Amino acid sequence: MLTVENASLHYGAAQALRGVSLEVKPKSITCVLGRNGVGKTSMLRAIVGQHPLSSGSISFDGTVLGKKPPYDRARAGIAFVPQGREIFPLLTVRENLATGFAAAKRGNRNVPPEVFELFPVLKTMLGRRGGDLSGGQQQQLAIGRALVTRPRLLVLDEPTEGIQPSIIKDIGRAIRFLRDQTGLAILLVEQYLDFCRELADHVYIMDRGEIVHSGDAASLDKPEVRKFLTV
Amino acid sequence: MAAKRLVSLTPLATVQGPVGEAASTAIASINSELELWNGIQNIIYGLSLGSVLLLAAIGLAITFGVMGVINMAHGEMVMIGAYTTFVVQQIIRVSAPGLFDYSLLIALPAAFLVSGAIGVVIERGIIRFLYGRPLETLLATWGISLVLQQATRSWFGASNVQVGSPSWMSGSFDVGMLTLTWSRLWIIVFALAVFATLQLVLKKTMLGLRMRAVTQNRRMASSMGIRTPWVDALTFGLGSGIAGIAGVALSQIDNVSPNLGQGYIIDSFMVVVFGGVGNLWGTLVGAMSLGIANKFLEPFAGAVLGKIFVLVLIILFIQKRPRGLFALKGRAIEA
Repeated sequence: MLTVENASLHYGAAQALRGVSLEVKPKSITCVLGRNGVGKTSMLRAIVGQHPLSSGSISFDGTVLGKKPPYDRARAGIAFVPQGREIFPLLTVRENLATGFAAAKRGNRNVPPEVFELFPVLKTMLGRRGGDLSGGQQQQLAIGRALVTRPRLLVLDEPTEGIQPSIIKDIGRAIRFLRDQTGLAILLVEQYLDFCRELADHVYIMDRGEIVHSGDAASLDKPEVRKFLTV
Repeated sequence: MAAKRLVSLTPLATVQGPVGEAASTAIASINSELELWNGIQNIIYGLSLGSVLLLAAIGLAITFGVMGVINMAHGEMVMIGAYTTFVVQQIIRVSAPGLFDYSLLIALPAAFLVSGAIGVVIERGIIRFLYGRPLETLLATWGISLVLQQATRSWFGASNVQVGSPSWMSGSFDVGMLTLTWSRLWIIVFALAVFATLQLVLKKTMLGLRMRAVTQNRRMASSMGIRTPWVDALTFGLGSGIAGIAGVALSQIDNVSPNLGQGYIIDSFMVVVFGGVGNLWGTLVGAMSLGIANKFLEPFAGAVLGKIFVLVLIILFIQKRPRGLFALKGRAIEA
């Protein structure tokens, strides 16, 4: 469904990605692990169109994304939950959700019911300003907002960062539900190993801008794989 | 009337005995009454001046306050709105004189569309290449303002053009000891109506929501599927269109000449900065308080010195509160 081929990316003179290739299959959870600064977020930025590749290509459903801006990718079905959540701070929860209508087809301009089923806390806070929510609530809102666009691929950047364990569990349950019930493809970048091992159908490990390992979730327990993740 | 009574009472006040005392108290009560009405007049005139400031500034509150574009050509958008009124009236005079009383109502949408369209063209043609470069934006828009002034001068001539007032705008009426003109009153009503409409557009429409989302986090808004270049163009068009509407109102109280806009640009920036950038309510309160402050200072200091005084006060105020009257606060801002 999503194919990244031989992608390289630069910030000025600094190279963040060196020939990364990976694949995300429909109805599956793909997890990318790695230490800080190995290029995980850069890869996601490239996938959602927030930063251009310097070489290589990304294709979604067989069409090459090339220079398509982020809004066209969102309309094509790629939804993004960024690191730090990036909730619109002065918009209410309801308005934050409504920003996703821009990418949805005309008949779909409503909040799908599963958003409130997965995150009931959002329903009680519709009139609150997004910026006044706690970190965990913002994370749930960020995922809910992404679902409003009716995506086919959900891209999440460290959704467990700075979140209490009970909400991490909720988020894990939500991700699994989305794969099983709606057939969504999910690309998840994480540092939290246990979270990935529980969820992932396929894992990649990145180090210094390259993919150094590809395998199933069980492969994470091998010592030669572990060495890439310990600090 | 009260003044007349005052004149006839004044000689009596010097008389000894009960007559003189009665005259003195009568004079005192008349004086305090006059002072009261004088204060009311200052407030009403201040509100009327404030409404003019509000009209001129509110479009800028969008382009500068919301988008962060320093648009020196904003005054020319106002001027174009005033000239659109002139053109509409010319057409009506020639083809349908009976409609003259409605000429301003017809000019409103026309001015909005003309100024708004020119705004969109300026944004797409020039400003969009300069986002994040305030100095270049300032110079480029200043250049645009000169071009627009000169174009108007070449087309309509350098002298003032005659914009007429429909019957319901001319004349005056009395309230207590005050004489108010209808045009003054209509401008207050009109400015508030424009303000309310704009609030409604920002809060209740899809375009308003997208505008606010783009302002708060452009990159994320784009990833939500919002076409940010369209939103930029439409936001700039909206701000310019409202400036055009202001031009229709200002054509009723000011000389319509190619320089019309220049007189308002400084005041507009002053109001927006004083009220707090990015906050429409701040623009409303800022405009009204500056208007009233001006009118109360004028009797003591004269119009020019009063204005200088207001400017100095604003400079001091901005030193103390650089984000203006209504700086946005709360956890939401730090997020």
